[in-house]
Amino acid sequence: MDLLSSEIVRVLAFLVGVIAFAALNAAYLVWLERKEAAHMQLRIGPKEVGPFGLLQPIVDGIKLMTKQLFIPKGCDPILFMIAPLMIMVPAIMSFVTIPFSETLVARNINIGLLMIFAFASINVLGLLLGGWGSANKYAIIAAARSVSQNVAYEIPMLITVIAVVMITGTLNLNEIVIQQGGMFWNWNIFNVFASPLMPVMFVIFFICSLAETNRAPFDMAEAESELIAGIYTEYPGMGFGVFFMGEYANILIGCALTVILFLGGWQCPFGVAPGVWWFLLKLYILVFTVIWIRWTYPRTTFYGLLNLSWKILIPISLINLILTAGMLKVF
Amino acid sequence: MSVLAQDPTHETFEINLGPQHPATHGVLRVILTMDGEYIYKAEPVLGYIHRMHEKMGESKTWLQFMPNTARMDYLHALAYNHGYVLTVERAAGIEVPERAEYLRVITVELNRIASHLLWFGAFVLDLGGFTPLLYAFDDREQILDILESVTGARLTFSYFRFGGVYNDIDENFIPATTAFIKRLRSRMPMYHNLVTKNIILMKRLIDVGPISKEMARLYGATGPVLRGSGVDYDIRKNEPYSVYPELDFDVPVYTEGDSMARYMVRMDEIDQCMRIIEQAMDKMPEGETKIKKAPKIVKPEKGDYYAAVEAARGTFACRVVSDGTNSPYRLKLRSPTYSNLSLYGEACRGMLLPDALALMGSLDLVIPEIDR
Amino acid sequence: MSKYFGDIFGGFYSLMVGLGITIKAFFQPVVTLQYPHESLKMTPRYRGHIELVPDPETGEALCIVCGMCQKNCPTGCITVAGAKPEGSKKKVLTKYRLNFTTCSLCGICVESCKPNAINFSKDYNLAGPRKEAFIFDLLKRLKEKNG
Repeated sequence: MDLLSSEIVRVLAFLVGVIAFAALNAAYLVWLERKEAAHMQLRIGPKEVGPFGLLQPIVDGIKLMTKQLFIPKGCDPILFMIAPLMIMVPAIMSFVTIPFSETLVARNINIGLLMIFAFASINVLGLLLGGWGSANKYAIIAAARSVSQNVAYEIPMLITVIAVVMITGTLNLNEIVIQQGGMFWNWNIFNVFASPLMPVMFVIFFICSLAETNRAPFDMAEAESELIAGIYTEYPGMGFGVFFMGEYANILIGCALTVILFLGGWQCPFGVAPGVWWFLLKLYILVFTVIWIRWTYPRTTFYGLLNLSWKILIPISLINLILTAGMLKVF
Repeated sequence: MSVLAQDPTHETFEINLGPQHPATHGVLRVILTMDGEYIYKAEPVLGYIHRMHEKMGESKTWLQFMPNTARMDYLHALAYNHGYVLTVERAAGIEVPERAEYLRVITVELNRIASHLLWFGAFVLDLGGFTPLLYAFDDREQILDILESVTGARLTFSYFRFGGVYNDIDENFIPATTAFIKRLRSRMPMYHNLVTKNIILMKRLIDVGPISKEMARLYGATGPVLRGSGVDYDIRKNEPYSVYPELDFDVPVYTEGDSMARYMVRMDEIDQCMRIIEQAMDKMPEGETKIKKAPKIVKPEKGDYYAAVEAARGTFACRVVSDGTNSPYRLKLRSPTYSNLSLYGEACRGMLLPDALALMGSLDLVIPEIDR
Repeated sequence: MSKYFGDIFGGFYSLMVGLGITIKAFFQPVVTLQYPHESLKMTPRYRGHIELVPDPETGEALCIVCGMCQKNCPTGCITVAGAKPEGSKKKVLTKYRLNFTTCSLCGICVESCKPNAINFSKDYNLAGPRKEAFIFDLLKRLKEKNG
């Protein structure tokens, strides 16, 4: 009885914690993006609502929630309503296995990495259903584009991750972080003994996670100046809001995965006091970089996007895989 | 990349790049017949902002038409002022004092830099880069402040008059312009590093939207569109007017004919404009800015008169038919963007949609000028 | 083959240079003006709507009601009316109505006024809920300004 109640309490506490973390981040990453973009463009972002515009996301959320939720005529209502959920739910579910610190893990699943990638594939389905269910020409074009983009970029991501798994020998995310203990040169990104192209793998993984979340410069699916709003054209009010939050939650997952696999997770760079603060610090530096990249570069074309993946990223990651296997066998 | 649509029996669908669209700068409607992602046919539909300027010219007096000229292409309004004023001065035989000519050249070239900066920002915005727009507007604000302290307006200038300009410059103009030119010269490398040499942008623009010499000549394209396809034709050099023969500047010509060539032509033109402004400020004499006996009512002789100037988008020409009264009988305005847009239907056959939008951005369209 | 690798390395370098430019701009001070908390002072030549210039001694309008501004205006937005008082040769202004909704700020009226009785004002904070707020009665404005 005692064990049962503590287990239930633990599960409930993590449920609330994970959803709160994801939701709060999704809301306030919007604030961070607007402020950072503004300062890069030599202006101040939101500043009227609350100090430094900190209440802006809350007010925006209220505005979105008070809009009328209508379903356009001629579309498929079930697909239309399910699509935003299919983007938001896998992202929140993936937070279950992410180790925030040594003991702060909702469920330390042994195949945690595989589970995250399985959920990431549902993402693609959500975009496709959203575009198709909208019964709008622009949305269908955008959905077709984003499916081929997502499929093309999952491949180098998975090949890179296989190389990392070969080095660490486990799919358990907490184990991967524990193995990177010590000073910062123990992190996987500097692990050139296992594979001399390790920093390149980090860059490839980062680029692929940008492409998976449809984030600039790979945001063909929601190219504003070409297709109005792409897949999100027909979504009113909070429907669009859920898509938006889902995109930010996915960015968080992508960055969290990069931090865990390559940058040492919750380990301290000086090996002294590991903890959740190091994880959060590295996570937010990566999120800052993601936003930084969005506001600097123009958009790639469709062919440029696919060429980059099939002609450049996949050959390099395959060579890397073979190199890693060779180094592991020999040394 | 220009592959014609594979098979005419493919199922095509029509899509509207509607009058309200973030990429068509103004109210331009393009009916695209698309085969998947490829464009099979493109048909621009004009007329959404037709304001009947030429008809208004027939009922207003010669001087009353001045504000209309600025409203056609509001980004390079002073060149349109200049074209109209040149035509009427040729018609009525009015001579302009030299200081006024130099003032005209300086303000027109400053306005040209402002127009090209805005084109640069909007073009990169179409391609998805949001930040260079703000940097370009930072520089453009300085130009608009300088022009405001002289003419009193920021966008739709009514600064030129028959026989000179409205008023003289204040004492702050020359130091401010010199400081601005120095600042812009130091910022141009930043623009080239951020945008021109960016691999994403280069892949987006090189070999995209090729316009051959023959096609440009056939459709009557002028300005950077023509010069980006290898034809060396600039009204300031080929049919000189005002004090341009005394100023030393180059005309950038690129032969590739793709969007990158047109982009580079305009960026180089900004450098050449700065050269012109510096020389003109040095050479400007003291004197009056308007002829002493400026006629209050202009009544040209009966006849047909024509003048052409080089605006930021190409050749702007104005033809007036006068019947001796104080109002034109017929006023015909030739806008460069109309001819530039006419080659869009043929040039974007078989292209992908993003490439077609890059081509449209590189043509530098201002729709109110097309519809007048 | 060398073009392939040249593209990769050259392209990557250009991307890093671009990032460097934006992060430098991130740490620079903002160049925007926080309107409406701060506002700009207009230059002397700024073209706001026209206003009547008072005579420095008497404070009355200098306008002699010749009607040149009304005749020369491209859009016909000026309406002037005057009356000749008893025993005087000159007309006195009784009404000067400016329809600012059609004014194009061309300056032909200011240029053609011989006694220099009208001039540009520096008002730019004009916003109103109704169109009638922009039909200005310039004589009333002059009287209000005089006190």
